[in-house]
Amino acid sequence: MTPEEIRNAYLEELVTVAPDIDPLTVRDSDHLQDDLELDSMDVLNFVTALHDRLGVNIPEADYPHIATPALAVDYLARMIALKKG
Amino acid sequence: MAVFRMPSLGSDMTSAKLSEWLVQPGDRVTRGDVVAVVETQKGAIEIEVFETGTVTELTATPGAELPVGAPLAVIAAEGEETGEKTGGETGAEAPDAPPVADRPVVDVQTLPQPQTGGIAASPAARVRAHDLGVDLARLRGSGPGGAIVLADVEGATSAPSPAPEQPSRSGLDFDEMRRAIAGAMSRANREIPHFYLSQTIDLTPASEFLTAHNADKPPAERLLIGALFLRAAVGAARAVPQLNGWYEEGFRAAETVNIGVAVALRGGGLVAPALIGAEAMDLAQTMAGMRDLVTRARAGRLRNSEMTQGTLTVSALGEIGAEAMAGVIFPPQVALLGIGAPQTRPWVVDGTVIPRQVVTVTLAADHRVADGRLAAKFLSEFETLVYCPERL
Repeated sequence: MTPEEIRNAYLEELVTVAPDIDPLTVRDSDHLQDDLELDSMDVLNFVTALHDRLGVNIPEADYPHIATPALAVDYLARMIALKKG
Repeated sequence: MAVFRMPSLGSDMTSAKLSEWLVQPGDRVTRGDVVAVVETQKGAIEIEVFETGTVTELTATPGAELPVGAPLAVIAAEGEETGEKTGGETGAEAPDAPPVADRPVVDVQTLPQPQTGGIAASPAARVRAHDLGVDLARLRGSGPGGAIVLADVEGATSAPSPAPEQPSRSGLDFDEMRRAIAGAMSRANREIPHFYLSQTIDLTPASEFLTAHNADKPPAERLLIGALFLRAAVGAARAVPQLNGWYEEGFRAAETVNIGVAVALRGGGLVAPALIGAEAMDLAQTMAGMRDLVTRARAGRLRNSEMTQGTLTVSALGEIGAEAMAGVIFPPQVALLGIGAPQTRPWVVDGTVIPRQVVTVTLAADHRVADGRLAAKFLSEFETLVYCPERL
């Protein structure tokens, strides 16, 4: 997957969890909890959706690595590459 | 023969608007089935039936504003159907009636609405699907829990869609919800002599338990600390039944614990549906139940039993934010447990000060039914359970 495809997948699943978010207004530096106001249940649902979609099992300890679109694109690309190994 | 009536939808709601039927005459229903959707100040609510039998007549029309107790439908009990049908139909039709009489002989897939309440869809999606003649059963939902949302319906038709409504949960009217909250909370502050007890609890054992439990689990099986809090609150409510129930004309203790869960809605508003049957659930079931309840609360798809059968409510501020909350009790309940956001604080362990993650819980209780001693017992039981999460 290209970084852009990963970013699009991230935003699509984000909007599914929080339908009031307009994906066009999300900045690369927006933080899931501080800026987009996801609570712990939203984050868990989001991580579950990313797992189902990308096959990446994001452990709790790695949640900080998906906290913004910029961080997540980098982290998810690495994890997808590792999976293909 | 039973008349199915508009059920009570909470102490401050006297009427609701029938928005749609999910059954038709001739359908068999079982106690607990969702048969209709009504619109209330707190969003769309699914109405469950209390009888088992066959729907013989829908007396209420979608769109009508109906008071609690108004007749909605007629349901024939087991064994009653046959006699009633021959009596109720014209002689010309009766002899030829097929065994499943009353049900039109059409492909159910072509009906604009599902035969049962099994399809999850937002109220706005249902309305639009109805307007456009789109069959919800044929759509794949992209909303929470696979629920069909407005965009799915509009994507299913090539007809140019009218100007989109507001962000997809247009089934929730936040101004109406604010009025409902204002009514319930004003009544609570007027009628309930609240008092409060607080306790700060070391979360280390609970955090370690969760970290270990979640470490090797896929996201779908992970637990949140909120599930531990709910389980501990159920245990405390069982230990102090004097705080688990309703105050109407005097206090009535509940026979089980249906823990209420205050759910903040994105965009504003708050609902506190009950996790029905919470007493019998283990930790994983509690987590699954909480997840389902939060998802449906945000999609505006709660059931009337969940709106009325809560016995004691837990309101948690989440993982980031203020450290304590002294809440307002949801009438007619008599207690509310407010849980602050966990904080790292200096804590004394074995005579030494060390940083620890702690949480402050505050029980609001009704002084008409309880005193400080009972509230202290509740908090003590809650703390004991949070300290020993493996017992939850």
